Amino acid sequence: MSSIPLTTTHRAQTFTVLGRIAPLIFLLALVLLFAVLQPRFLMPLNLFNILRQVSIYGIIAVGMTFVILARGIDLSVGSLVAMSGLVAAVIAKGGIEGRFLLSADGTGCGWPLAVIAAVAAGTLAGFLQGLAVARLSVPAFVVTLGGMTVFRGVALTIGNGGPISGFDDAFGWWGRGMIGPVPVPVILFLVVAFLAHIVLTQTRFGRAVYAVGSNPDAARLSGINTTRVTTAVYAVIGFCSGLGGFVLASRLNSAEAVAGSGYELTAIAAVVIGGTSLRGGTGSIIGTVIGALLTGVLLNGLVILNVSPYVQQILVGLIIVAAVAFDSFVKRQSR
Amino acid sequence: MTIHPRPDTVDVETSGRAERPVPFVAAVGLVKRFFGVTVLDGVSLSLREGEVRALLGENGAGKSTVINLLSGVFPADSGAIEVDGTPVALDGPRAADKAGISVIRQELSLFPDLSVAEAIFAGHLPITSLRLVDWKRVQQAARDALAQLGISSFDVRRPVASLSIAQQQMVEIARALTRKSRLVIMDEPTASLSPEEVGHLGEIIGRLSREGVAILYVSHRLDEIRAFCQTYTVLRDGRMVEEGDVAGVGNAQLIRAMAGRDVKIGGRRQAAAPGDIVLAVRNLAARASGRAPARVTNISFDLRAGEIVGLAGIVGAGRSETASMIFGIDPIGAGEIHLGGQRFSPSSTTEAIRAGLGLVPEDRKGQAILPERAVLENFALAGACQPRYRWLNDLTAEKLLFSGFIERLGIRASSFHAPIATLSGGNQQKVILSRWIARRPKVLIVDEPTRGIDIGAKEDVHALMRDIASQGVAVLVISSDLPELMALSDRIVVLREGRSVFETAGASASAEELMTKMTRQAD
Repeated sequence: MSSIPLTTTHRAQTFTVLGRIAPLIFLLALVLLFAVLQPRFLMPLNLFNILRQVSIYGIIAVGMTFVILARGIDLSVGSLVAMSGLVAAVIAKGGIEGRFLLSADGTGCGWPLAVIAAVAAGTLAGFLQGLAVARLSVPAFVVTLGGMTVFRGVALTIGNGGPISGFDDAFGWWGRGMIGPVPVPVILFLVVAFLAHIVLTQTRFGRAVYAVGSNPDAARLSGINTTRVTTAVYAVIGFCSGLGGFVLASRLNSAEAVAGSGYELTAIAAVVIGGTSLRGGTGSIIGTVIGALLTGVLLNGLVILNVSPYVQQILVGLIIVAAVAFDSFVKRQSR
Repeated sequence: MTIHPRPDTVDVETSGRAERPVPFVAAVGLVKRFFGVTVLDGVSLSLREGEVRALLGENGAGKSTVINLLSGVFPADSGAIEVDGTPVALDGPRAADKAGISVIRQELSLFPDLSVAEAIFAGHLPITSLRLVDWKRVQQAARDALAQLGISSFDVRRPVASLSIAQQQMVEIARALTRKSRLVIMDEPTASLSPEEVGHLGEIIGRLSREGVAILYVSHRLDEIRAFCQTYTVLRDGRMVEEGDVAGVGNAQLIRAMAGRDVKIGGRRQAAAPGDIVLAVRNLAARASGRAPARVTNISFDLRAGEIVGLAGIVGAGRSETASMIFGIDPIGAGEIHLGGQRFSPSSTTEAIRAGLGLVPEDRKGQAILPERAVLENFALAGACQPRYRWLNDLTAEKLLFSGFIERLGIRASSFHAPIATLSGGNQQKVILSRWIARRPKVLIVDEPTRGIDIGAKEDVHALMRDIASQGVAVLVISSDLPELMALSDRIVVLREGRSVFETAGASASAEELMTKMTRQAD
């Protein structure tokens, strides 16, 4: 037998470890940079502000991690956020004036039903897209590009083009409330991320998601129902988008059809910055959480430094590419 | 069109080999390190014009590195490559191409969607005075190059993907010819060829050699090396351990040189008392899909508990297709399968696996491994152990179970969590076999059990298959390697053109007889 030692060298090992924590290093570097340039950045109020901003697309990015791990992509999440926000708003309001009425006294159906409806709408929409991807073999890019338009149209139809706003306090608590010093959406984000982490690392379904993304043929030949797994990951991101839509409506005290536009790119950026491969099969929720934080820190830091919103866009784009380039450089070195 | 400016002085058959003063290509003292690990340590070899040299060695011995250095994929850390006696810097594939060196890789690097003619000329398309591609000339020259190889039967406008592997190889060789290559490196060229196609390749090698093209023939298959090559070089652990004339060396010596120890090959299996019939296949035929006719038309055989049955046949005889139907990948067109006496027609792999079947596919990289995932995850993919809770992974039980396999099979991995792609082919195959054996299947189908793995690991895999058969598993082996099939099987079923045409006891089979049955045209 070959006796060439296959042990990795010291240098490669260093880079392997570095590769795993590259996004974290990048995040800390950014925090440090902003803290030095503007001490106000590190104030607890600002930090919680960042977390609150991150939480909604963070929830969506968690769902996006499932999809990308399974070698898919979902461009429809922004539209799903708008659609499910409007669904939540309609239920919370008890109907739409002049069109249909759910509760006769006009007091609305309360937030629990609103959450359930929003999440159900998102999950169903995701499930349908998943079916199209898995059973009809239409590329995910195409299905969700179509879905992006379709669900935006559904949102416009529900709201008849206009916003629905003004909810009760119980509804508003989910987006604006606090538990101690911590905003409620942040807690929701962390809970969703924690559950997703457990699902991906500890369950058979999680393993199947990685398997389908790594080698769909091998997964199928090993008895994994790849159709079901593919459908399921789109249902998962639909669920996350539904929840995100509800929280956004609650936070803004208003739901409208233009809400959530651009979320698909922010979510994909967070996932990719977090080290998940667009080729599927490798990545983690922890990475995605770091990726989402990094994106949030970046946006907030630039605002605090009074960088013009126009220039901000340029910088954000460049830094996203730089972060991923750094990640893949480190991974190449570890080989 | 003359493709090889053949120096008239060269005549390998008659001129004494030792007298040729300047070899065409010579590598002197090549050293290559990756991250401080020396993978090639002072390797020298040379080829004269028209010489066919075998490069042997186990996986990891450094053969691929030699190929990559000669073809300019990466530079050597020290040592020199000389062409016509002058050192050259092969600082990229284009430089190697210019120096007249081309490689026919194991995983063919052709462009599947291009036409044959385009693939032959990709990167060097002739142009007209208007700087447009001269398609007429491309097609004519492509036809000429193929005619040189004795192929006139196929349309050069066909997409490469529609060709068989053997034909694709011919296209690659034609490409080398049009590049006026003087050294063609062939990396495991016969890995997926039928015996007939191997014969044809041998003729072509002979023809190229007579025309003065030097060939570096990299292979594990000793009979081919004996038939095609004049000289050989054996690598082991990155060093050159032996070289000489093929005519003056025995197989045993070559194997010893490669392995550094004596390896027993071809030890026949002790015939065991066969158990009950587990799997019965009766008049099985595939369903035609689209315009393509079904490859499998009438296959029947029995498989008993504790027995190893080999399926022999050339490529296209319907061996893998039969396995696909039994395993629920492809629909059954006609005929019946009985599993444990019950009618069995699986509609999915999941159903077949639940019924107690397992399949180790032919294409390990494409269909068996999850390359970036951990070894342990690859092992557990098909559900190695019943988890304590239905939805959760049971890492503790998996590790315990897998440790047993690691020890038993000598699997070498740096940890449970190392990505399986970092393991050698032999170790990967052992993990895939463990994946199924852990499920205690009733029937295990193994398609090309030892493709692309080194001789030492080959023996381990064989021993493992004998071992599970002796524990009562019914094993169906598909292999293009006849000695392997004969050494492993209790019985051999020969398939030809989609039919089962012959059956014999493994112990009494002869290679000649099997080959005749596999290829004979008329009954």
